[in-house]
Amino acid sequence: MLELDQLFKNIYLWGENLFTQWGIPLFWLELLGMLIVAVIILAFMSLSVLFLVWWERKVSGHMQSRFGPMRTGWHGWLQTIIDAIKLILKEDTTPGTADKIGFLIAPIIVFVSAFMAYICIPFGKGLIVKDLNIGILYILAITTFTVIGLLTAGWCSNNKFSVLGGFRSAAQIISYEVPLTLSILGVVILSQTLSMQSIVNSQKHIWEWYIFRQPIGFLIYLVAAIAEINRVPFDIPEAEQELVAGFNVEYSGIKFAMFFFAEFANLFLVSAIATTLFLGGWNGPLLPSWIWFFIKSFFLVFVIMWFKWTFPRLRVDQLMGFAWKFLLPLAFINLILTGLFA
Amino acid sequence: MFESYLALALLIIIVTGFGAGIILVSKFIGRRPPLREKLLPYECGNIPEEDARGRFPIKFYLVGILFIIFDIEIAFLFPWAVIYKELGIFGLIEMGIFLAILLIGYLYILKKGGLKWE
Repeated sequence: MLELDQLFKNIYLWGENLFTQWGIPLFWLELLGMLIVAVIILAFMSLSVLFLVWWERKVSGHMQSRFGPMRTGWHGWLQTIIDAIKLILKEDTTPGTADKIGFLIAPIIVFVSAFMAYICIPFGKGLIVKDLNIGILYILAITTFTVIGLLTAGWCSNNKFSVLGGFRSAAQIISYEVPLTLSILGVVILSQTLSMQSIVNSQKHIWEWYIFRQPIGFLIYLVAAIAEINRVPFDIPEAEQELVAGFNVEYSGIKFAMFFFAEFANLFLVSAIATTLFLGGWNGPLLPSWIWFFIKSFFLVFVIMWFKWTFPRLRVDQLMGFAWKFLLPLAFINLILTGLFA
Repeated sequence: MFESYLALALLIIIVTGFGAGIILVSKFIGRRPPLREKLLPYECGNIPEEDARGRFPIKFYLVGILFIIFDIEIAFLFPWAVIYKELGIFGLIEMGIFLAILLIGYLYILKKGGLKWE
């Protein structure tokens, strides 16, 4: 039907033929392929981020009995595109007291680590850039680089709010990293593999989805993932009322846009990982696999946005206590139970 | 297998280049004259009197240390989890002992108030 994996395979084979006919080493084909992959994924990320920002504003609006953006285009669909253009045109200042190099590379680190995780997401049957045999471990490792980016941003801005926001972000993200990884280990025990594509293949039928065999694990993952991406019940680092905007106070223009971009790219990313690990990935009847993947992922994104308007923000001590005193023991109990009954 | 990691390294270079490029483009489009006031760090209208990077609460450091302990532990759990079904009951007992040792450590941290956040 509308499966896309054959299409990409055919394009690759066609390219291989062409390159062997012209006598160019296949290394250049790989290089060209990587360039094309980078462009496709960047385009996909930009589109999904533009859509998610618009959607977030619409969802927020309707949950508060208002409309959200309405003026630009049909129900304001052009709004985020115009915002993006505005951010590129804006002045990009670097504070005089800031550490110039660190200030410059921090948004790039955050941006690159968000992008690199997309390489291992199975968007559909055969639609994965690199199906590494350490897939999920690789994703966990590469997304953790975000912490370094945020800490660099906070420290190098040389602003009280930024420094404190950076510390808080780092403390929060690394605290929630532990229960998050432990909840993923439950799935790894059941599926006996780290490769994302094999994990999806091991949940072909709906009763095999790991959400039914790992309900506690799924909840821990969801809560910890929301904390990882600094979203609302856990958005202490960006608490507007006390820290202005956290680590990105001094950022303006395109560098601010890159942080914002990475934040929403990570929002989709954690939903996509949850879909892959717990909701059967791209498995589903009738519709093409990639459509199923997007339905499930965007549903989870909607749930995370729903959380935003349901739960009030936690205090810092509650936040850290929740991670270390509740989620961590719970994740260990879940892991041991999984081990006993696997 | 090595080739796919090479490809990943290549991708990192490409995307870093892209990120740096877009900042550079914006620098040319969005250039405005810098003023002294504009370059001051933002502090709700006050002029900052000292460097923002002074002393910081020790608890952040403590969280970092605790994270390293538990993260290394998880790094040990990964290979165990992948071959769990091959190991059978042996793996369960062995990892149970490992986790029990860590549990004692965790209880010690809890009792010493290492997880308290004031």
